[in-house]
Amino acid sequence: MKRATQWTVLLVLAGLIAGTALMQLPVAKGEAAPTPLFWLASLVLALLAGQSIRRMAALDGRRIYGLLTAALFGLWVIYFWQLLVVACEVPRVLLPPPSLIAQSIASHWPTLWGDFVQTVLKAVLIGWAVGSGLGFAVAVAIDRLPFLQRGLLPLASLTSTIPLVAVAPIAVMWFGFDWQSKAAVVVLMTFFPMLVSTLAGLKASGKLERELMYSYAASYSRTLMALRLPSALPFMFGALKVNATLALIGAIVAEFFGSPTAGLGFRISTEASRMNMPLVWGAIVVAAVTGSVAYAVLVQLERRAAFWHPSVRDA
Amino acid sequence: MPCVKPWLMDTMTESVMKRTATRFRQQGLPVLVMLLAVLLAWYAGAWALNAPGAIERVMPEGGAWTWQDLLAATMRMERPVLPAPHQVALDFWSSLVDWPLDSPRNLLFHVAVTAESTLWGFVLGTLLGLVLSVCIVHSRTLDRALLPWIVASQTVPVLAIAPIVLVILGSLGFSGVAPKAVIAMYLCFFPVTVAMVQGLRSPQRIETEMMHTYAATRWQALWLLRLPAALPFLFPALRVGIAAGLVGAMVAELPTGAVAGLGARLLTGSYYGNTIQIWSALVMSALLGLVLTSVVALIERVALRHRSQP
Repeated sequence: MKRATQWTVLLVLAGLIAGTALMQLPVAKGEAAPTPLFWLASLVLALLAGQSIRRMAALDGRRIYGLLTAALFGLWVIYFWQLLVVACEVPRVLLPPPSLIAQSIASHWPTLWGDFVQTVLKAVLIGWAVGSGLGFAVAVAIDRLPFLQRGLLPLASLTSTIPLVAVAPIAVMWFGFDWQSKAAVVVLMTFFPMLVSTLAGLKASGKLERELMYSYAASYSRTLMALRLPSALPFMFGALKVNATLALIGAIVAEFFGSPTAGLGFRISTEASRMNMPLVWGAIVVAAVTGSVAYAVLVQLERRAAFWHPSVRDA
Repeated sequence: MPCVKPWLMDTMTESVMKRTATRFRQQGLPVLVMLLAVLLAWYAGAWALNAPGAIERVMPEGGAWTWQDLLAATMRMERPVLPAPHQVALDFWSSLVDWPLDSPRNLLFHVAVTAESTLWGFVLGTLLGLVLSVCIVHSRTLDRALLPWIVASQTVPVLAIAPIVLVILGSLGFSGVAPKAVIAMYLCFFPVTVAMVQGLRSPQRIETEMMHTYAATRWQALWLLRLPAALPFLFPALRVGIAAGLVGAMVAELPTGAVAGLGARLLTGSYYGNTIQIWSALVMSALLGLVLTSVVALIERVALRHRSQP
């Protein structure tokens, strides 16, 4: 191990140990009023943490260093959030400490799990699959109809500037309060990005490759399956990733307009109006984790499916 | 053009007209046909969806009606399942013309409210994104510690935080435009930050080295090289940002029980089952989104008019 690395590890460990020690004080547990000495200790700890992050960021070499730096930064942000919120006795309505949010997630786990099933497994997943599938199907279907493409593409691109989520009240009226109306909103929101990206992807294969297929006397469907769809994969995965976030937003916002007594959006809006902020934050944590996990899964799938593409090989 | 001969003028106008005609055939015609198809499908949908309700409520008992009566009735329903396009257009038009600008029945009043918070959020979010990206580009620590979180937060449904922001700002005594602008702001700032970091890094090594040989300071390099180079990255992000900000501003109007704004208009429409009102608010929000993004696109064209188009 290099000398700089050794120093960094020492600094990080010193910071973590000092941080754990400071957490043990009664002030940090909200049992005593903060003294000037506590503030001084916090300041020193903040400097130590900042220095260790700076040192870590300066390290070169492996990619894991970058990840660790971000993780360390996140850890310290949560640490100081906890420490300062408890020590300053910030009202829970304003900002609950992370420990309280974690407690609230643990104690309300059955509720949150029900919300997760209602919003994510039903509305988001079904809506996302149907919307993206339809977008893909329509794109492939009109691939041989340039007239329809030229007519549809400008309109489909324009929809990205329109707040499509505003159709939620209409969807609630048509499909009822349950997940079907949320899935309908999600279908509408995910359809157009997939359509536009697939159409762009189908045009992405190189002239050389297409001429090669032509010289093989490959049929239209053979060219589509062997060349054009594979080369459209990166575009399609791009749309799938964007759609994953859009679908979560669509379902959650649609629940603000009316929903059965379950669902992440319902939980967020009702508990916020009851000022039960730890549970609101808990629901948001669930939504955030869902979004990131969905994204990570799609990135992994893309690596498997489009392993040959330069953008995947370089990464 | 004083020196151009008249016959040359003629051929020029002719060729321009020809070009316009081909462009129309190539681009305008398909779009027009598509729009017409959407309109027809809308009428067909209105007829199909409203027919059961019309038969039940409007038509005389005993089946003493023809299909023409039914068709006419489905196009004139008080609270249709799907209002016909001309109903929406009429409601839209009457809301613009029949009421004074400061009346809550005028859609432009709601547009002004929503556009105000969207624009405030857009300006603040863009500024925040610019400052943050400049800091990130100049600080390795921020680059490695903060940027991954900003990128990761793109995958998170940030709009879900809207109720929390409203509660926090509400208990701090802010109400009105401020909470909505804050929500629009944090939706705008993500794309701007990520794109600007990419853009500020886009100058090539040879260009940064030239700035170095001129003994340019960091600020000069930023102002003269990095910022101009980042502009083509900035504008697409601004277009995304202002559309996202509009969604944010509209969603922010929902949980507050706001009485003004397009989001509030949608909500009251859905409370009272007034479908025509919902649809005209929907059309208005689509128009607002289009106008806002085209204004940004227009600024882009003016700002980048000297660059060669890629």
